[in-house]
Amino acid sequence: MKTFIFGTLVEHKPGVLQKVSNMFRQRNFNIESITVGPTERGDIARMTITMKGEEEDAVQLEKQLRKLIDVLEVKLLDPSETVVRELALVKVRVEDWRARSDLVNWANIFRSRIVDVSPDSIMIEITGAPSKIDAFLELMKRFELLEVSRTGITAMERGLNRIGLK
Amino acid sequence: MLELSGSRALVEALEREGVSVIFGLPGGAIMPVYDALLDSGIRHILARHEQSAAHMADGYARASGRAGVCMATSGPGSTNLVTGIANAYMDSSPVVAFTGQVPRAMIGRDAFQEADIIGITAPITKYNYQVRSASEIPSIVKKAFLIATSGRPGPVLVDLPKDVQTEVAQMEFPDTVEVRGFSPPSDPDPELLKRAAELLAGADAPFILAGGGVRISNAHLELLRLAELLMAPVGTTLMGKGCIREDHPLSVGVIGMHGSPLANTLIVKADVLLAVGTRFADRTTCDVKEFCKEAEIIHIDIDPAEIGKNKRVRLGIVGDARKALARLTEELAKRLKGERPAHWYERIKQVKAKLQNEGNDGLSAPRLLKRLRKLLPDDAIVTTEVGQNQMWASLHFKAYGPRNFITSGGLGTMGFGFPAAIGAKVARPEVPVVDIAGDGSFQMTMNSLATSVSERIPVVVVILNNRMLGMVAQWQRLFFRGRYSAVEINPPDFAKIAEAYGAQGIRAESMEEFERAVKAALASDVTTVIDVPINPEEDVFPMVPPGCKLEDMIGV
Repeated sequence: MKTFIFGTLVEHKPGVLQKVSNMFRQRNFNIESITVGPTERGDIARMTITMKGEEEDAVQLEKQLRKLIDVLEVKLLDPSETVVRELALVKVRVEDWRARSDLVNWANIFRSRIVDVSPDSIMIEITGAPSKIDAFLELMKRFELLEVSRTGITAMERGLNRIGLK
Repeated sequence: MLELSGSRALVEALEREGVSVIFGLPGGAIMPVYDALLDSGIRHILARHEQSAAHMADGYARASGRAGVCMATSGPGSTNLVTGIANAYMDSSPVVAFTGQVPRAMIGRDAFQEADIIGITAPITKYNYQVRSASEIPSIVKKAFLIATSGRPGPVLVDLPKDVQTEVAQMEFPDTVEVRGFSPPSDPDPELLKRAAELLAGADAPFILAGGGVRISNAHLELLRLAELLMAPVGTTLMGKGCIREDHPLSVGVIGMHGSPLANTLIVKADVLLAVGTRFADRTTCDVKEFCKEAEIIHIDIDPAEIGKNKRVRLGIVGDARKALARLTEELAKRLKGERPAHWYERIKQVKAKLQNEGNDGLSAPRLLKRLRKLLPDDAIVTTEVGQNQMWASLHFKAYGPRNFITSGGLGTMGFGFPAAIGAKVARPEVPVVDIAGDGSFQMTMNSLATSVSERIPVVVVILNNRMLGMVAQWQRLFFRGRYSAVEINPPDFAKIAEAYGAQGIRAESMEEFERAVKAALASDVTTVIDVPINPEEDVFPMVPPGCKLEDMIGV
């Protein structure tokens, strides 16, 4: 199984996410994550879709995506030429002061930020490749993990390459 | 710019699209459109159930090559259309459906007769729109017809909130529209066509498989030219039946689970298979992994997503079947020198001769259908229901034109044939239209008799009446040790039912009575239902058991 990342541009209007996500279910594709947000153009949104599977599944997914009329452009991104990022918010219970200082040190090593502190808990914001976030979460298991919210990945090609409308 | 209500703009836009007929059923949320229709030249045909309205539009589309239009109210009206829309989607038929919707302010509040038809039909339409303001109607209608009819055709649904129908706005009717995410497919790649020609020219046993795409792109003449140049047998899918005249020497019939023995025998021996406008459906290929495993497969299809979806192929060529076949023939003509090896063609003749025997075993379905063929003119249109009747028709009723055999292939919708026959008759009133039915299927939409009679659209229904849900019964006989479960349906007296609706009803219990009944039906200007009792235990053979490969055909 390989991971494939598709950058797509879609119509920015109601119902489009439903049509795209429903197509995955309808066609029996195993989607890892999907993120949506507006682009620099108000009428176009960008979706970043990752799937795990075989080469032919990826080829078929690309064709089925293109077939959707609300999907304007699809590009299979080359991982070596692409910046891939995910954001996670991680909340842990830490009451002990020594544990707190460990946690702050580790958070610094991972270049994450502490965004909320209460007497019993700390919330950390971390961005990076999904593998980095996985590693950080593994470490956080030493504390009591209260809540994790991950965004799923967003991605963009390096250099002048981009997903443009033909 | 014209100042019009949404409903008047809709009617105007439909007239500009050349729509002359709509199949539908009114209701609360579509009444402004029905009111506007009274002042138009568009004929409205009143269905008795919305499913039938959609099938009528589908039958009309397949018989005419133009988009078929159906209409329903919101909620149950729209959900009743769903089966018909799904049917059109699976068979790539250009149906444009209009549904009423509750007023904009009530959407999402579970209002009376509200249904999220946009959400419901997303997976079974090529596209759907909910109109948000009346001024969008002209361009949305134009886009709907463009999307439904171009490229690979398919159904489009337009949902019209009731207050949008009454809203008055400045209307601009565009001559052309662009849909940003939708572009007609490009021309077939010349390089790939050259490689395909090389493969075919070098083939020892080429075989052409023609699917529904050949009919849709009107590529039957191009298909014939290519086949005759190559001297290759042409088999079709169920959707492609009639794309080559089935009495042509190179025609071998339909392939698949209930394919003709000739077609199934020859296709598995092909070394190069040219498949055009087909999606390698499981009923066509049977075990798809084993299907033509040794052959080099060339696949031409207008939908890029079909290339490699069900079957991995050597050469995938995206494009319109007509253009692709014409150019492939040119390329092939350059490469083919002299006579084609005759042994392959000889083999077709031999196997055909062996299968010619018609037999004489009373009112068997095959005999009835062969007799029916003789009684009908060449250009008659036949529709079918789904099940044994359909497979017998596929095997034993020869089609002589690409739009003369209309059947529900992908979805396999019982109840399709009769309303589709009505739609086809509206499209081509000059030719006889016959629905080959089973007693089970006919009962699903026989209330369309009312439409057929009151709208004076005379068709013929031939019921092969085995008092069973025949195909299920056959599977139970073959694969469930003969244990019948819920298949004996004890049908009503169809002749009396026909008469009750004002149609002609005839029960035919011998071949002579059947012949007389068909002649009477063809001479009549009212719909005729011919009820023919057949042996309830008669199976459709040959058959490839489910999960098996084409080579494992039984009952030959």
